[in-house]
Amino acid sequence: MKKLRSSSSWLPTLLFLLLVFGTMQFVSSLNLISVYWQQVFMSACIMAISALGLNLIYGYTGLFHLGQAAFYGIGAYTSALITYYWSRMGPKLPIDFLGLHFDLSMTAMFLLALLAGALMAAIVAYLIGLPVLRLTGDYFCIASLGFNVIVYVLFNNADRLIPVMKGARGMVGIPRWTSWPWVFIFTVLALFGMRNLVYSSVGRAIISIREDEDAADVMGIDTAKYRTLAFVIGSLYAGLAGGLYAHLYTFLHPTCFAWIKSCDPFLIVVFGGAGGMTGTIVASLVWTFILEGLRVLLPRGFESWRYVIYPLIMLMIMLFRPGGILGRRELGFLKPKGIEVARVERVPAAASAGSDRPEERGSKDVSSED
Amino acid sequence: MTYFLQQVVNGLQLGFVYILMALGYTMVYGVLRLINFAHADVFMVGAFLSYYIITRFHLGFLPAVLTSIVGCGILGMVIERIAYKPLRNAPRVCSLVTALSMSIFLEYFTALNFIFGPDYITYERPIKAIHWDLGGVRITNILLIIIGGSVLMIAFLYYIVHRTKMGKAMRAVAYDKDTARLMGINVDSIISLTFAIGSGMAGVGAVMYCLAYPQIWTFMGIMPGFKAFTAAVLGGIGNLAGAFVGSLIIGQIEVLTTGFIPSGSILRDAICCSVLILVLMFKPTGLFGKRE
Amino acid sequence: MMNRKIIAISIAILALSLVVSCALVEPAAKEPIMFAIVGPLSGDVKLFGEGNRDGAIIAIDEWNEKGGVLGRKIEYILGDSKCDSKEASDVGNKVIFEDKVKFIIGGVCSSESIPISNISNPNKVLQISGQSTNPAVTINPDGSNKEYVFRTCFLDSVQGYADAKFNIEDLGCKKAAILYDVGNDYVRGLAEFYRDAFKELGGEVAVFEAYAKDDTDFSALMTKVIDSGADVLFLPDYYPKANLIGAQAEEKGYAGIIQGADGWQEPKLDVTVLDGSYFSSHYSPYDPRPIVKDFLKRFNEKFGKDAEFCAVQAYDSMNAILMAIENAGTDDPEKVKDELAKLEWEGIAGDYKFDEHGDPIKTLHIHKVDKDTDIGYSYTKGVPGVRP
Repeated sequence: MKKLRSSSSWLPTLLFLLLVFGTMQFVSSLNLISVYWQQVFMSACIMAISALGLNLIYGYTGLFHLGQAAFYGIGAYTSALITYYWSRMGPKLPIDFLGLHFDLSMTAMFLLALLAGALMAAIVAYLIGLPVLRLTGDYFCIASLGFNVIVYVLFNNADRLIPVMKGARGMVGIPRWTSWPWVFIFTVLALFGMRNLVYSSVGRAIISIREDEDAADVMGIDTAKYRTLAFVIGSLYAGLAGGLYAHLYTFLHPTCFAWIKSCDPFLIVVFGGAGGMTGTIVASLVWTFILEGLRVLLPRGFESWRYVIYPLIMLMIMLFRPGGILGRRELGFLKPKGIEVARVERVPAAASAGSDRPEERGSKDVSSED
Repeated sequence: MTYFLQQVVNGLQLGFVYILMALGYTMVYGVLRLINFAHADVFMVGAFLSYYIITRFHLGFLPAVLTSIVGCGILGMVIERIAYKPLRNAPRVCSLVTALSMSIFLEYFTALNFIFGPDYITYERPIKAIHWDLGGVRITNILLIIIGGSVLMIAFLYYIVHRTKMGKAMRAVAYDKDTARLMGINVDSIISLTFAIGSGMAGVGAVMYCLAYPQIWTFMGIMPGFKAFTAAVLGGIGNLAGAFVGSLIIGQIEVLTTGFIPSGSILRDAICCSVLILVLMFKPTGLFGKRE
Repeated sequence: MMNRKIIAISIAILALSLVVSCALVEPAAKEPIMFAIVGPLSGDVKLFGEGNRDGAIIAIDEWNEKGGVLGRKIEYILGDSKCDSKEASDVGNKVIFEDKVKFIIGGVCSSESIPISNISNPNKVLQISGQSTNPAVTINPDGSNKEYVFRTCFLDSVQGYADAKFNIEDLGCKKAAILYDVGNDYVRGLAEFYRDAFKELGGEVAVFEAYAKDDTDFSALMTKVIDSGADVLFLPDYYPKANLIGAQAEEKGYAGIIQGADGWQEPKLDVTVLDGSYFSSHYSPYDPRPIVKDFLKRFNEKFGKDAEFCAVQAYDSMNAILMAIENAGTDDPEKVKDELAKLEWEGIAGDYKFDEHGDPIKTLHIHKVDKDTDIGYSYTKGVPGVRP
């Protein structure tokens, strides 16, 4: 599996990342930004990870997936259960290293829990994918929605099996271990991982499935395998994001993982431009800040207008830029160097062939150029 | 035994209530390949309009139904013009996003105090409820009205789709939009018409629903919408007969699960969805769906 | 090209953090005392949040008219938590860290109050809720008390027991059917405590079934209830579900008694459909004490609508904190909480005092729904609200 490296752009990339990290650390340690905005920013990054996963599933593979919140929840609850018990019963190993105080055993378990949450989401995705991934287009959509509902009902009743999950009452007592450095590290790792995946031969196979599944088949690409792979990895991302979420908000309620919440990452992916990583990240930030910004900006007595204005904004943006704010354009180190991957040029929407080609197999979303 | 029969009767009522909404979803999908998330909220608006007719203007059942049909039909057409038509040549998913946005907007906007308000309002039934006990099984006039009304609407729809020129044009557009245009059909009008009829169906469905479950609020459309949509997909989305059968099946599953499985009531959504997934595994395009 | 983009984005991020931090540069400590009133101000239970807000506001205005507290004016900010735990967490963070508030009235839903209490308690911000009944609001997961968190509504254990006792001893019921919302810990808690008490007092629980919040079709459940032969149906949900289930109960021919809880005490309860049912509540408009009639009249004049239990609870909560601040002589939450813990006062709901967890000990009022009265219900009796 050959990875493409954009060797010429690693220095600016590194500087940029350091700048972002440094700025946040700076403003948070001097309390220039309140804990409130720090949490908002962190939750935007966590949403970005989940949206990146969905971008892989929808943007790159073309699977219409409205069940991302289910995997988010699986990751959240799994990691929460592990850390809940460990933080109470596990041995402690306090370390004092270069002025950094932390507990080695707790930190290690946190990472393990996040990993476990992500893996659990991936395993469940694999299992549900076996029957469901054969479905196409809108049927896959409704099946993923249905799966989300099933998982939601399970969460609501989980306290019969595992009382500490407290079902519909909400799980409490999760240690608050997510902090800005962790969120940053995981977001960057997620981005790098996604970028390398997408520009590798695996990624090219996945994209070919989106563009024309029959042609891909003919070229010898095992479409079933790659679809499953994309679905599993996308859900892995969701599970990781869920774990980070659980340890930031420390309270899990099944309503956070209902099917209507799956629409959020989906909106973000489309809003940012499906099939583009930069767009997804930018859209996550913009989306979160629109919602929180409205909370802050709306005058007293107009709180209920938040969810009136937000969908109008979404509507406007979709009407004027149906390809999403960034489309498939990538920026910085996310740009492919070397071999061009099915780069498609901007074509005015009216002149495009239109996406209503008769769907031979009940459709992959043959998205038109942005 | 009477217990079982009574539950079956309950399921029939529920199933028929879903049919009209499911028909709306299926019609719009057939023509535009779009899952119209805003359909559930058009349904909600219809319920509120009929409520105002009955309570404020003190008119009866029929004016309420008519107002609901007309109001929903117009709203459906307006939504189509604003949110879907401009994106007809864009990827389908963009219309999905606008559909979701319209749905959220309608729910929260109507919840504002000066529109419908956020409260749960008790719907006054315009007809007195009468019941008969047949061998231990209780049948109400509401059940009969619901079944009668739905069957009437289905017959009407069938007539339009299969016996009129307009219907022929609708089927043509559903089959292949571009060729239909080449044949001289005004695709835009036909699409608007489809939305109008589908939404009108939702309007009737809304009044039926309120007769059975006399409570309205601005988020009332979400669950019935989801169930009706599931029913439409179960039967094969795009297929009218499928919507009919699917709704009846979902109605029975919901009620029989609650009636016979301990704690069935909270599991019923999961069971409905599991049945759906199972059916899709064996028939990937739904029970009556065609592979195109 | 690319470098320019990177620079542009870096500047944007810097600008964002600067703009945000500028908005937060606070002038020197303000004179007035700030309260945060938090509740669902949008979404499906908006009415409860609005009641909570209005009850608190009328209390604040009354105190301000008399010169404020400790000679300082009282001001407030609102937070919309939408009865959602994530939103509540964000709002909690905002009011505590950004607005630097030291007193919180709220949340309304337990799913709001719990996450907020997890932020307020460790940060020494005093929080009092008038409506959240989940035990986890005032108790930490390890069982220790959250010293800065109080509530003025009784716990489910108290209400459930009182209702069961009333049904069995006063009404002679023998078989109960219980329907509860699986997703609402308040309703569910009440149902479970009622069930346990009903069995303990010698009754039989024939049906104990849950439904989901969004369910509207209760035909199957009602058929099950009627088939079981239950003579009392316990419906502790809020008035919308009570109306809906009551209507379907009537339609299906249920002939027994229906018992409700404090969520029924709303002007919008459908008294025609629920005529003859009973419910327990925090306060009674039939209370002969003049402060009750006075308050209801003033509230109506000020807001143009009737007060309901969220408003009454918020009013009592607000008064409690303000009295505690007066007694403490300072607005330092550390001192105020101690005063609040020992406060005994008379509220709209009756006499209050707090137990060691910050939960109230007060009277429970039982009413009967009567469509021939002005307000829709009549007074039955008052019972002491103590844990059995």
